[in-house]
Amino acid sequence: MIQLKGLTKRYGTFTAVDAINLEVPHGQLFGFLGPNGAGKTTTIGICTTRVLPTSGTAIIEGADVRTQSTLVRQRIGVVPQRPNPDSSLNVRENLVFHAAYFGIARSIANSRARALLEKLGIAERSEAKVMQLSGGQQQRLMIARALIHEPRVIFLDEPTVGLDPQARLDLWTILRDLHSQGRTIVMTTHHMEEADKLCDRLAIVDQGKLLAIDTPEALKARAPGGTMIELVLDGSGEVLMRDIRAVPGVSSAEAKSEHGSNSVRVYSDRGGEVIAALVTIATAHARAIRDIHLAPPSLETLFISLTGRQLT
Amino acid sequence: MTAIVTDVAQRATAGRIFLALLRRDINVARRELPYFLLRTTLQPLLFIVVFGLLLPRMGYVGSAYKAALLPGVLAVSLAFSSVQSVALPMVADFGWTREIEDRLLAPISIELIALEKIVAGVLQGLIAALFVLPIARLIMGPIDGLTATHFALVLFIVLLGATAFSVLGLLMGSLVSPQQIGLMFSVIVAPMIFFGCAYYPWQNLSVFPFMKYAVLINPLVYVAEGMRGVLTPGMPHMDLRAVSAALIIIIAIFWTLGMRSFSKRAMG
Ligand SMILES: Nc1ncnc2c1ncn2[C@@H]1O[C@H](COP(=O)(O)OP(=O)(O)OP(=O)(O)O)[C@@H](O)[C@H]1O
Ligand SMILES: [Mg+2]
Repeated sequence: MIQLKGLTKRYGTFTAVDAINLEVPHGQLFGFLGPNGAGKTTTIGICTTRVLPTSGTAIIEGADVRTQSTLVRQRIGVVPQRPNPDSSLNVRENLVFHAAYFGIARSIANSRARALLEKLGIAERSEAKVMQLSGGQQQRLMIARALIHEPRVIFLDEPTVGLDPQARLDLWTILRDLHSQGRTIVMTTHHMEEADKLCDRLAIVDQGKLLAIDTPEALKARAPGGTMIELVLDGSGEVLMRDIRAVPGVSSAEAKSEHGSNSVRVYSDRGGEVIAALVTIATAHARAIRDIHLAPPSLETLFISLTGRQLT
Repeated sequence: MTAIVTDVAQRATAGRIFLALLRRDINVARRELPYFLLRTTLQPLLFIVVFGLLLPRMGYVGSAYKAALLPGVLAVSLAFSSVQSVALPMVADFGWTREIEDRLLAPISIELIALEKIVAGVLQGLIAALFVLPIARLIMGPIDGLTATHFALVLFIVLLGATAFSVLGLLMGSLVSPQQIGLMFSVIVAPMIFFGCAYYPWQNLSVFPFMKYAVLINPLVYVAEGMRGVLTPGMPHMDLRAVSAALIIIIAIFWTLGMRSFSKRAMG
């Protein structure tokens, strides 16, 4: 069980994590979804006793990260965003020593290390130097390291970044296994499909704030009016807005202009049927359409409407 | 009742975890031993060749100088292998690799993680000194008044000196950025060696009274003088009680400052 109350982290005057309240019950697979700089890594850093909160509390399995950090560390496994294996040790030793740091006897550690390396598909690299591993293989080693002491709570910061599609699916299987063993899992991701398919519950965060928290199904149901259609134009879309809003089936629309790129974002109750009308309106106002992006109601459309930003 | 039981169980594992951390450092040090010895003892040994062999043979320095030089050179080896073996990996760890992260996640207090680094540094200092002693003796030939009869006292001074410099390594390693490490060694460490009374007894600095008292801020002075006191007691040397007191104070100060900056760097 994880309880965050008013959790805040400031760097100088900048607020990286802004008064986050949330609870992850025992055994849940919980996801943080948010754009770059949202504060995901900082939040995980606080939960794993590696960053001191400025204010608020974080309780992990009943232990306070501030006053009982040793107890917290005893109960958690951590996969960092950037692999940081011990390069003075080989692959297998990375696991066996990490187990020893948790007081696990060598014989047990050895057999667990063998099984984990096998499971993560790097068994044949077990005597290799870690610097000879590819990025994805190092990432797998980090996952094995987080599991070697069989922690009750596992934190994974973007664990599938850098993994090939097969390895990503393998990791999903591993996470589902751990989940079915009743472990609590907290992960961050930029990957909508991953969040949707894997997580019991999701928190959408941006600029340090918790914007929404619910099951993927409930969040999708909250996605704004139907299909999102985004038109990228060669000029400002403001002049089109009045006509677009009048198109039957359009529930809402807004023009955006960012970094010299202009676009119009339209939510439609009739799926892609309104596209023809949109094209006509654009042509009538002498705007050329550079690109069209169409998304059914999904986490992605919710995410965009909450943060104003695309995730991938 | 339960609380007490868990508390005892935890304390038992803290010891085990500490030993596991130490085992990791010893393991790594053992693999790098030849490079380590080369890096930390070559310079003192070259000094022995020039000042303990060549110059006495040429008649520029008296052979009594050897008895002043040997303890000093041992002090340099001890001190700088201790400080380097703690500081160098730490600078890389905090600078860019973040490899120490897997140990910072160990369920043990951060003070014990730092203390383990100190113990590993002391062991490496001891090894360097034990390596230099017989070679130096071999190069210099017989040394008047060299004695190892006060073995416990020798060990005591050696441990205090190695601890002082390992703790200094903790402070430097957590304070200095990778870009500054070269500068640190040439600006701080080199003057420390030359003004550390390693190559001359402190008492003889009476010819430069200002310098005699200025060098007292240099921790190496106490290690060198202490080594003289226990290895060649016939040479002029500081009172061993003063040496011990100074080293203990230095350890306390460096530990307080070092622990503060280590915690700061360790926490993101
Ligand atoms: N040590 C630090 N000092 C100053 N600012 C920091 C520090 N660490 C993080 N930040 C800032 O805090 C904000 C949140 O960073 P964080 O790493 O938590 O984001 P994130 O959600 O993990 O992003 P990403 O998806 O890119 O990994 C960022 O704007 C970052 O610049
Ligand atoms: Mg991050």
